[in-house]
This record gives sequence, structure tokens and C-alpha cells, in this order.
Amino acid sequence: MTQQTPSKRVAQGFGRQRYTWLDAALLAAAVLTFFFGEYYLALAAMVVLMIIFALSLDLAQGYGGIETLGHAAFFGTGAYAAALYALHVSSEPISGLLVGAAVAALVGLLSGFAILRTHGLTQLMLTLAVATLLYELANVMKSVTNGDDGLTGYDISPVLGLFDFDIYGKTAFVYSCVVLLVIYALLKRLVNSAIGLTAQGIRENRVRMRMLGVPVERRLWLLYTLSAAVAGVAGALSAQINRIVGLDTLMFMMSANVVVMLALGGLGRLYGAFLGAIIFVVLSDRAAAVDPTNWLAVLGVVLILVVRYAPQGVSGWLVNLGRKRRSS
Amino acid sequence: MPNAFSTFLTLTVDGISYGMMLFLISVGLTITLGVMRVVNLMHSAFAMMGGYFALWCMQAGDLHYFVALPLGVLATMVVSLVLERTLYQWVYQANPLGQLLITIGMAFVLTAVVKNLAGPQIQSLSLPEILTGQMSLGSINVSVYRVFVLVLSVVVAGALWLILEFTTFGAKLRAAVDNPRMARCVGINVPLVFSVTFAIGCGLAALGGAVGTQMLPLEPYYGLKYLVLVLIVVAVGGVGSLKGSLYSALLLGLIDTLGRYYVPALGGFIIYLAVLAILLARPRGLVGHAG
Amino acid sequence: MNPVLELQGLSKQFGQLKVTQNVNLSLHPGARHALIGPNGAGKSTLVHQITGLLKPSAGKVLLGGQDVTGLTPEKRVKLGLARTFQINSLFNNLTVAENIGLALQAREGMDGYLMRDITHDSALMDEAAVLLESLSLLDLAHRNIVELAYGQRRMIEIALALALKPRVLLLDEPVAGVPSTEGSRLFDLLERLPAEVATLVIEHDMDLVFRFAKRITVLVEGAVLVEDDVQAVRTDPRVRAVYLGERHDHAA
Repeated sequence: MTQQTPSKRVAQGFGRQRYTWLDAALLAAAVLTFFFGEYYLALAAMVVLMIIFALSLDLAQGYGGIETLGHAAFFGTGAYAAALYALHVSSEPISGLLVGAAVAALVGLLSGFAILRTHGLTQLMLTLAVATLLYELANVMKSVTNGDDGLTGYDISPVLGLFDFDIYGKTAFVYSCVVLLVIYALLKRLVNSAIGLTAQGIRENRVRMRMLGVPVERRLWLLYTLSAAVAGVAGALSAQINRIVGLDTLMFMMSANVVVMLALGGLGRLYGAFLGAIIFVVLSDRAAAVDPTNWLAVLGVVLILVVRYAPQGVSGWLVNLGRKRRSS
Repeated sequence: MPNAFSTFLTLTVDGISYGMMLFLISVGLTITLGVMRVVNLMHSAFAMMGGYFALWCMQAGDLHYFVALPLGVLATMVVSLVLERTLYQWVYQANPLGQLLITIGMAFVLTAVVKNLAGPQIQSLSLPEILTGQMSLGSINVSVYRVFVLVLSVVVAGALWLILEFTTFGAKLRAAVDNPRMARCVGINVPLVFSVTFAIGCGLAALGGAVGTQMLPLEPYYGLKYLVLVLIVVAVGGVGSLKGSLYSALLLGLIDTLGRYYVPALGGFIIYLAVLAILLARPRGLVGHAG
Repeated sequence: MNPVLELQGLSKQFGQLKVTQNVNLSLHPGARHALIGPNGAGKSTLVHQITGLLKPSAGKVLLGGQDVTGLTPEKRVKLGLARTFQINSLFNNLTVAENIGLALQAREGMDGYLMRDITHDSALMDEAAVLLESLSLLDLAHRNIVELAYGQRRMIEIALALALKPRVLLLDEPVAGVPSTEGSRLFDLLERLPAEVATLVIEHDMDLVFRFAKRITVLVEGAVLVEDDVQAVRTDPRVRAVYLGERHDHAA
């Protein structure tokens, strides 16, 4: 072991999200999918979308410890914002993403102010109430959102003026992958930064953080708003790729699904979002094709078993497996 | 002769009736949350269970409505007891997020089971002759059914209160609510109290679900669809407070019924706005307990 | 010299129960003050009122002359108040380095920065290294708190407060639960505390009190019985009467 300076030793004591072989593997998987999975590109784009959504939840829940049953509020808001933007302002996609993110962030900012002053069950209820409120609002404002029939009829211009959205979904897939890459890089930087550590501190021991002088509610508010923005990007992407936005983007099932995805994959590691989203979307697609009713039952059973036997999700299970192998 | 005022009165009766039904369904959850400190997202599914059991009694067993109701309740209570002794032991061991996930998982499974057994269509229990039509209460006309729901709920709620205040079991339950550890030291069999409490809570939910099918019709997704409603009643009332859930159920029931009639453009939106406002003003609920 | 911590007529009651009765206290920079008293005297309640976790019914808390009675705990910490907890209150699933890092970040006001990584701040890393080395815990920098022995965790508990470079330090039973083999290291640490920091120690262990403190406040049933320098308190007959029957009874 080379002699390290003391401050180097300290620096290495900090858990860091680095770029590992796993990232390379994921990148390879994406490339392979593009070249060999032509029939599955629509599904693959959906997976990428959900990864972004799950990442946003990991930020709030995995890192900040904010439990929410209403994260669809931001997904749906981003989706409707992007669709309305494309319909009424401009069909340029990248600015559409930013609009989706901004509007969702605003909703996060406003609702976060209310939600984060509470904790425990009341907080959970408020997240649910806000999401349901937005759902009802969208339902009521049929003239704007087209209600149950879904908002359609908007065009999306070619990305960067060059890449037209083709019927095979090639552009859509690459587009969403690039967006994911950018978001992922930003989030990795974020969790390694001061706020990332602060979030974990708050999650671990809120009272202690207060006694260190940290304005806990304000930090959580920031985290929540950022999480909302990322969820908004996922929603906006969904609107742009699918060319339709329905009320289901705001529904409880959407919020429950993303919570399940993250639980499956494991919280607080960013990778859990990838694993959980991939497993969930692929399985639900295959299972729904085979037997949609019983898919729900299977999902339920899987959830129960995961909580009971692998509470840290698949990523946690893998980490433990790795640890056991190293020590034996 | 219907005028604006009598319409208002009729709506008020409807609203109170709806609210009382919500109370029946939700009161079990506030107890579970407050007493056992368990996040039980399967609770509304028990209401659904009560409804479907009663429906099955009427359709397959050809039993009368008034026989099917208590049978539905009893069947649900039995199922809930079995679940409490088995799967819920896992729930108790998990952290709050885990409890949330397990109970949602159970709700998913139940939804699928119901869909398989009863089909996806929306159904409700057909009312016996005696409960159909209108009756006059003073100067206004109200639906007989709504009055029935109201009276039944009040009677049940009253019985509940009597049991809690005046029986040994009630005293034990209140002790277990206040301080489980101390209750155990004093010799109260806390797990038994919990099991019985859980069953009673689910039984009440089943009653609400069965009796309220004209207001909240039965379908496989009932447990998930109305989960929000139940949760907000509990949260607005204050977790663990029976009085609180009574007040909040009545308040929300009235707001929803009156709101839908007088401001139809906003429809279902109003109740959630009200919830938001209340929880902002009083984060611990109307009758919130500290901690 | 002005007192850096002052309690003026601090009182707290829950209904009819008076838990804190008209407590006055003055700490000057460099103070080594101990707060003792039998169980149930209300020491913890008093500490909670100083830190802001509990609101007093009457009276004032002043930090450096400023009235902080209405301020949140976070704001008081920013004004130079730090405390340790009687039962370790650490970030259990984070590493030793991360625990110290949290305190340093918070002190520097950079805990909310989105793009700054504390490990790139060489000044702070050096400071953390020096702190950990002085506690002989540098080798454990990468270990999670849950993997540490109780005595080591106690050291981190104190280190967290020290990392804040406070003006006033409240130590709530610092050696509680620490086996005597590890206790001596803790004593050393307490003796090496920065001179200017005003320290208030709540303790039952009389060895520690008489070794460490220069002044003592004796709290009984929420009220101050005696406040004087160590020798005077040691020989005060009222104090001995209160402690009659307690295991740490010391002859004069």
C-alpha cells in the first residue's frame, strides 16, 4: 500500500458515485439494442423514459428520504406542459424538454413548500393529495387537456434540426438515450457534491443535521424541486416520443409504479433506478401481453417478496453478494 | 315543492350520508395507523372485499340484502384475521416504506383475484324494495337508501363509541393506543388486542363498502381507486383519532357532495383543494395528536 | 469580558409540573463548567432549552449577548453553539469521514451547494485529517459508523461538535456508557479542548467533573441549588445531602 497523505485518506473515506464497468455495460447494452433490437426500440425508449423517472424519485426518496406516492404529478405536468408547448408555441423538442422541466419544477417548488413542512404520514398524504388534485384538475380542464381522450395533434420537429422522428423509433430511442446520459451525468455530479452528502445526512439523522446548523427543510425543498424537474423531463420526453398525453400520466398507478421500480432496483445508488426500471418495464410489457390481469398479481407478489427478502432491492442484493464474495 | 333551500337540505343529507359511509370505511385505518403504527395501504381493499362477499351472497347464494350485508362483513373479518396472523407479521417487521410496499402489493394481488373471480365490470348490490325510492323528512324529500346508510352508520358508530368508553375491551384498546409497552406490562395482551382491533376495523370497512355500493360502486380496482379517499380522510382527521376521522369524513363528504352540485365545472377537484387547505393549516389534522 | 452564553431566569413548566425553575447561568470564553444533579433534576430539559429543541415558558437564552430565545436550533448553531448527545446521534450508515465532512460543510455554509465536492477542498480535507488523527481514528475514515466500537463512536460524537469550531460547547454525559478502558482517551480529548471554547458538561461521573471543571452548577428539581467553584461545591454540605445515597459520593 503506497503511503497516502492524511487528507487523501480522509477524501477516500467518502462514498463516491464513480463511473464504473456498470456504466460501460449499460452504454454497450444501449448500443446493442439500437443495432440489433429494431423491433423493440419503442419498448426500449419507454425503458429509458422510466429510468429517468425513477432517477428523479431516487433523488427525492433514495437520497433525501422524502417518501412520496404522488411523483406522477411532476411526470404528468412535464408531459402536458411539453405537449401544450408543442401545440401552441413551438414544436422544437429540446426547448420542449426545458419547458417540461421548468413547469414541473415550479409545481415541485410550490407543493414542496407545503409538503416539506410536514413529515411522516401527513407528508405522504399531501404528496398523494397534490397528485390527485392535479389529476382532477386535468380532468376538469377538458378544453385544454382533452381529458380522457388524451392530448394529441402536435408535431415534434427534428432533433437539432437534423434527426427526424422516424416510424421505427430510431430517433426517439437515441434522443431519449442522450437525454438520459446528460441527466445521469448531472445527477452523478450532484450526489457527489455537498448537497448530495447533505441529503444523505438528512435521511440518516435529521435532528443531528439541525444541530450542525443545517436548514433541513430548505435543503429538502431544493432537492424536491430538482427531483420534480427531472421527472418533468421524463414526462416531456414521453409526450414528444408518443405524440399523446393522457390522464394516466397523472394517475396513482404511475406514482405507484415508479415507487415499485425503485424498490425493486434499490434506493440511494442511482443504479437502482436503472435496474428497477429495466426489470419493471420489460416484465410488465411481456406479462401484459400474456396476461394483463394476473400481471398485477405477480407484481404484488414480487413486491411482497422483495420487501421481505431483499429490502435493499436488486442492487442492494448484488452489492451484498459482492461483499460476501470478497470476504470469503 | 323543491326550492333552493330544500335542495340544499337534501344535498346536506346526502353529503352526511356519504360522509358517514366514508367514516365507516376509514375509521379502521386510522386505528391501525394510530394504534399499530402500520401503514396499511390495503385497507380500502377490505371495503371492497365486504362489498364483493355480500354481492356473492346475493347472486350465488340468493340471499336477501339484509342477510348478505352481515355475512359479507363477517367473511371479511375472517379473512382479515387470517391475513393479520400471517402476512401482516411481515408487514410489522418492515420499515414504513416497506410496509407501504407490502400492503400495496397485497392490494395488487387482491385486485387481480377479484378481477378473475368477479370480472372487470362495475357492479353494485341491488337494493331491496324497501330501500328504493324517496321518503319525506319534514319538508324535504330524500332517498330512502341514503337515510338508511346514515342511520346504520350512526348506530354502528354509536355502538363503537359505547364499546370503547364502557367496556373492558375498550379500556384495554385505549390503553394499548396510549402506551403499548405499558399496556403489556400491566398484563394486557397487546397482540391479541391488535388482532381483534384489526379485524373490527376491517369489518367496519367491509360494512361501509357493502352498504355504500350505490355511492362507490364495486369494481376490481376499487381498492386502488378509493385508497386516496380513505387516506385523506384519515390524514385530515388526524392519525389515530376516531373523532377526527368522523369530523373529517363528514366535512369531506359534505364538501364533495355540495361541491359537485354547486360547482360542477370543478367537480372532483374541490375535495382535494379542501384537503390541501386543511392540511396546510393543520398539518396534524383536525384533531391531531402530537407525535 | 462578556459572557458567551447566558441563561436569564429560564423556566419551563408542563401544566402544573415545574421542570425548570428560574435558572441563571453565565459562561465566559474558556469556561469549564459542569452541570450536575440527581436523576430527574431536569438537566436534559435545560439543555434542550439552551439548544432550542424546547421552548421555555419564561426567561431568556443569550448567545454572545444576542437574545436567541426565539431562534431555531439551526440558527443557534450558526451563532456558535454546539452540543453532543447523551446517546450517540451519528449518521450510522455513513462513513467516519462523511460524518466529519457533514459538520465541516455545514460550518462553511456550503452544505447546499449543488456542484461543489467537499473532497476537492484540500483545506477542509486537511482539517478533517488533523481532527481524525488527533483522535487516532484516521485509519477508520472509510468505515461506516455501525462498524465502530462504542467508545470510538463517542469520540466521533464529540468530534462532530468540535468540527463546528463553536464558541459554546455543550457536552451531554460524554463518557456515559464508555468502558473504562476507552474512557481515558476521552478524558484526554476533553482536557485538550480549545482554550477559548466555553464548555458546559452535564455529568454524573464525579471523577470527570472534579478533574475537568472549574465551576459547578448543582441542579435539583429544576432549580439551581448551588453555583460555585469546584472546591466550594465539593465541601458544601447541601450538595452532599443531595447526593447522600448516590454511588459517586465523595468525601471532602
